Amino acid sequence: MDAILLQILNGLDKGSAYALIALGLTLIFGTLGVVNFAHGALFMIGAFCAVTVQRILNLSFETIDPSKTDFLGNPLKVQSPYVVEWFGADFGNAIIDWSVPIAILFAIPIMIFVGFAMERGLIKHFYKRPHADQILVTFGLAIVLQEIVKYFYGANPIPTGAPEAFRGSFDFGVLLGFDPNAIIYPYWRLIYFSFAAVIIGGVFAFLQFTTFGMVVRAGMADRETVGLLGIDIDKRFTFMFGLAAAVAGLAGVMYAPINSPNYHMGMDFLVLSFVVVVVGGMGSLPGAVAAGFLLGVLESFASMNEIKSIIPGIDQIIIYVVAIIILLTRPRGLMGRKGVMEE
Amino acid sequence: MFGLNKKDASLLLVVAVLTMFAPFILNPFPTDSGLAQFNAGYPDLMQRFVIFGIFAVGFNILFGLTGYLSFGHAAFLGVGSYSAVWMFKLLSMNVIPAIILSVIVSGLFALLIGFVSLRRSGIYFSILTLAFAQMSFNLAYSVLTPITNGETGLQLTLDDPRILGESVTADGSIPVTNLFGMEMRSAFNLEIGAWDFQFSVGYYLCAVIMLLTFYLAIRIFRSPFGLMLRAVKCNQNRMRYTGLNTRPYTLAAFVISGMYAGLAGGLMASMDPLAGAERMQWTASGEVVLMTILGGAGTLIGPVLGAGFIKYFENIFSKINDNVLHQWFSFMPDGIEDFVVFIIHPFIGKGWHLTLGILFMLVVIYLPGGLVEGGQRLMSLFKKDKADDDGSHAPTKHPAE
Repeated sequence: MDAILLQILNGLDKGSAYALIALGLTLIFGTLGVVNFAHGALFMIGAFCAVTVQRILNLSFETIDPSKTDFLGNPLKVQSPYVVEWFGADFGNAIIDWSVPIAILFAIPIMIFVGFAMERGLIKHFYKRPHADQILVTFGLAIVLQEIVKYFYGANPIPTGAPEAFRGSFDFGVLLGFDPNAIIYPYWRLIYFSFAAVIIGGVFAFLQFTTFGMVVRAGMADRETVGLLGIDIDKRFTFMFGLAAAVAGLAGVMYAPINSPNYHMGMDFLVLSFVVVVVGGMGSLPGAVAAGFLLGVLESFASMNEIKSIIPGIDQIIIYVVAIIILLTRPRGLMGRKGVMEE
Repeated sequence: MFGLNKKDASLLLVVAVLTMFAPFILNPFPTDSGLAQFNAGYPDLMQRFVIFGIFAVGFNILFGLTGYLSFGHAAFLGVGSYSAVWMFKLLSMNVIPAIILSVIVSGLFALLIGFVSLRRSGIYFSILTLAFAQMSFNLAYSVLTPITNGETGLQLTLDDPRILGESVTADGSIPVTNLFGMEMRSAFNLEIGAWDFQFSVGYYLCAVIMLLTFYLAIRIFRSPFGLMLRAVKCNQNRMRYTGLNTRPYTLAAFVISGMYAGLAGGLMASMDPLAGAERMQWTASGEVVLMTILGGAGTLIGPVLGAGFIKYFENIFSKINDNVLHQWFSFMPDGIEDFVVFIIHPFIGKGWHLTLGILFMLVVIYLPGGLVEGGQRLMSLFKKDKADDDGSHAPTKHPAE
């Protein structure tokens, strides 16, 4: 029982990332009808927002401390960050320590801007073109974004730590009455999951309970009629693109402590996220979220030693196998709507 | 000639002449001149030109004719490489059985994947092929290590059986791939004045095979089967309404293009007998998509052009560094020179992929027909000018091909 629970928990953090990216992909697809291959790059840009903020906060100046010497006997140069200088040792160090959560504040406007720029600058011109062209141009954009990041940050993963307070693990099992040390779970993964849940809830609430969201939903159902009612649906859809970009970016920011960001992390996630979207059903938001968590948890179950000993290698391919089975048995995915993407 | 009409025959002839004289054509600069870095006439690179040409021509049979965008074609290339290397390990170092096996195995593999993937179309098809390719890639890395040798890649060793050949040569090294005794890596050097031309056995084998596959592709394009595939691209529903089952046609196209990819993989292994899983990664599939689109999907010559273009500039751009740039722009005032070099710097050397990405986006946005369409537009501009002089109207748009 505890082993099963542990695997479910382990699957949740990856599942959250899949769900967030797939949610953004579905938002873009459902509103604008565009297949965005550059969505993984947005996730990656988000993660590098965290890296950048951490670097900015760590900007230091050098002072020479005459009282100490380094191993050559010269006076020791001490690096002290500006933030510490300005805000004092306690508060300054706390700011540096909390750089990833702080990065969220920076990432939101940046990602929305990137999203707007992408939609207005490029994708707008591709609404009328075939899906293959959309895939190709966004694929090209993904390569470009990825290479730009690689140029500025290098090819190696950059470790980006979580705040000290969340770095350890805790004994989750004890809370539920299991033996001590049965279920050890890192704090940050729990936070990632809660964060993802809040964002997903927020997006759904926004679409469900606000007038803006209602118009967007109406536009997803029948764009032409909404336009005929005198609503500028394009503007709202552009906003939704920005929102989707922000969701992907935030997923990336928060993922930075779990996995050190590198320039191709977006592509790695993108492939899986597309599988997630297809499994969930093209154009279905709940489907994307459900499929994200489902596949994340399945992946973590498949990596259990007991299962691997029965079917070796299943952990590597489980997601694809599930996707293939679902696509062949339920062509519209788990919760797909009729008439979406059916040529 | 060969059952082709005049236009196709001349196209084939042009390609044949270009590939046969490639060691001359690609080597226009003397060896010790400053421009020698733009030479591409050495065996390794020329082999890549034609091998990727085969790969792209095959991909084009699927994508260009039927419009099905596969994002997993590298899987077939990888499977082809692995089967060829196994043939070298078990049977003999002759390339013929290896190439035949790689084509057969990748064809069977394509049959399996195509049978499943072609049940869906559009984006679903792309995702399914992508999923299959990633699955093969992951398996090759993990469970299938006994067959694929995992991360290290499959290599020849001294204790391979090689039933029809020898495990170890007389001087104790691993035998090299050959075609009935002609070693693939042997080359004949011809020095004329300051020029040094290399004629490699491996390249000519690849080139001849490429010409054969190119001829086959022309025949497929012009056959009733090819027309049927085009009809599928135009309007699959209408085809179905006429009572025709399109699946066998698309499946056949998929298998054929998979076999082309396998052939390319087999040739790659024949030139350099090792195979690694990274050949199957989806970025490798993306590369052949880039080649085909860049050259011009749906045209005969486009994919070959695209493959040559990408491989050539990949090679050239990677070689250019800041020092070379400084040399080029040394005529400018110092400040401006540094600035120009600074601007160009991200696009050269390791930044080649950035240039490629930008180029690819520009092509998709402005020139959906690729280089071939670009060429046609230039031609029509040219002709229009001439026609205006005559005072008559020339057609501004030509049909594809």
